[in-house]
Amino acid sequence: MRPKTLGRRRRNRWQLAPNYALLVLLTVTALGPVLVLAFNSLKSEADIGRNPLGPPATFLWQNYVRAWEIGGFATTSLNSLFLVIGTVLLVLLLTGPAAYSIAKLQPPGVVGLIAYFFVASTLPLFLFLVPLFYLWIKLGLYNNLFGLVLLYTAFNSPFAIFLLRSYLVGLPKSLEDAAQVDGANDFQVFTRVIVPLAWPAFLTVGLVVALNVWNEYLLATVFLSDQEKFTVVTSYQNFSTRFSQDWSLTSAAAMMMVLPILATFFALQRQFIEGLTQGSVKG
Amino acid sequence: MQLSSPTVATSKHRRFLTRRSVVPWLFILPVLTLHLAVVAGPAVSAFYYSLTEWNGLGPARFIGLENFAHILADRQYATALGNNLRWMVFFMTVPFALALVSAAALAPVKRGAMFLRTALFLPYVLPSVVIANVWRYLLAPDAGIPAALRGLGLPGFDVALLGQSSTALWCAAFVDNWHFWGFLMVLFLTAMQGVPSELYEAVRLDGATRAQEFWYVTIPGIMPTLVFMLVITASWSVLTFDYIWLLTQGGPAGSSEVLSTLVFDSFNHFEAGYAAALGLSMSLLALLILSMFAVLRRRGWEL
Repeated sequence: MRPKTLGRRRRNRWQLAPNYALLVLLTVTALGPVLVLAFNSLKSEADIGRNPLGPPATFLWQNYVRAWEIGGFATTSLNSLFLVIGTVLLVLLLTGPAAYSIAKLQPPGVVGLIAYFFVASTLPLFLFLVPLFYLWIKLGLYNNLFGLVLLYTAFNSPFAIFLLRSYLVGLPKSLEDAAQVDGANDFQVFTRVIVPLAWPAFLTVGLVVALNVWNEYLLATVFLSDQEKFTVVTSYQNFSTRFSQDWSLTSAAAMMMVLPILATFFALQRQFIEGLTQGSVKG
Repeated sequence: MQLSSPTVATSKHRRFLTRRSVVPWLFILPVLTLHLAVVAGPAVSAFYYSLTEWNGLGPARFIGLENFAHILADRQYATALGNNLRWMVFFMTVPFALALVSAAALAPVKRGAMFLRTALFLPYVLPSVVIANVWRYLLAPDAGIPAALRGLGLPGFDVALLGQSSTALWCAAFVDNWHFWGFLMVLFLTAMQGVPSELYEAVRLDGATRAQEFWYVTIPGIMPTLVFMLVITASWSVLTFDYIWLLTQGGPAGSSEVLSTLVFDSFNHFEAGYAAALGLSMSLLALLILSMFAVLRRRGWEL
């Protein structure tokens, strides 16, 4: 038998040169547009005209102040935050116990329930958008931020249930048993044993849901009509149509939406990437 | 403790026989109720509304299959369907090729691997409205990449790529792909890490080239992920909305219309019954794709 390291040693750094060349090229195409956006957010319009893709000649931080005011970010960012926090809390509150019950308590009929969530999560929004829209009007939940929280919660919960369930299934049963011997009921087992153990999964779900809600466009456009209730996304879309040629202004506004995402993404990239990719390929 | 716990569990089980099946459902009930109200209920009623003429506010008038007859005669529908198929062909090839090649290139890399993975994934977390607007800028004939290419002396870049019928759809597909393929790459990369390294060592000892390694070890090794994502991408292609709506709104002159933009248009024009019929036809198409793969699988394809 040959030593195992031999195969790996054959691949020295030289052999990886074409890999690096390709990957760096692709990285430039992935990051380039983001960099152009960051540059343009700090340029004057004249600067953009002279130099459409390069770095700014002088840093015009004033663009951000103008975009904040004209874009109404003081209102829209609060609306978006309300939606993000509300949805994350409600999703965790509703899907946490459900996932625990599905994974650990396994009541009769649970297989059908999993099948329902799986099938329903593949149903396209455009199938039920129209009836849903008029239902929400009838219920007084149209043009209502809480009404939108309910929608986002419903659409994000199958993913959350699947991800939490697959995490909870892997937890050892002995800890729950110990708590039950100590006289804890199902609810207490959930709050005192499961939640403290499963918080990484809760964090992952929270991150993905927060990102989905912060970035969401179609539902926010359809279900909100008052300007004061607009999210950063819908108001940015109006704003960038109105000032479609003022690239310094729209770029600064875009950066203000993107920066919170980038900050969280870089701080918690592992959870982010795992959460987003696990969500699509079921375990 | 380990020994005594089964007896405790069974005695509890017997004592709370009814409670043990009711309480777990109480944990599930809130989220299930919400989901039924938001998704299942409206989805079922969409079947009924697709058979009506309805402006959304007044009473719905039952008209049988008239909406569907209208769909079959609608020339815009044929254009949209064709565009969805083009979209599907594009998305089942371009991002997959990019993602497979780059994941295979990234898999053996140690130094800088984390940075490269993060950088390539980054476009996936950005909001569609921002991506659309950045690319609207980058594709503008006077400011962005076309201008830079013209500056290098390349001809043929003095047109608005998003504003001409022959290129609008492909530009939207390009932008959506820019945002999407890094996500696919990470999925493939994760799958590749699950391929046993003994397989690679075995073919290397047989003197396999890298291309052969990729073709005979990597691809079969990640086949389940690959096929699953092909199916999902195919059905997503029928439903695509964001990037086309944001970049072209189906224009110019309806040339980049897809099924979802038609639904959205008729919805915005208070043709709720027709929009429901269109939405239903889209969903059936997505279902058809999913079931085609299921049939192929049952026929014994290596899927």
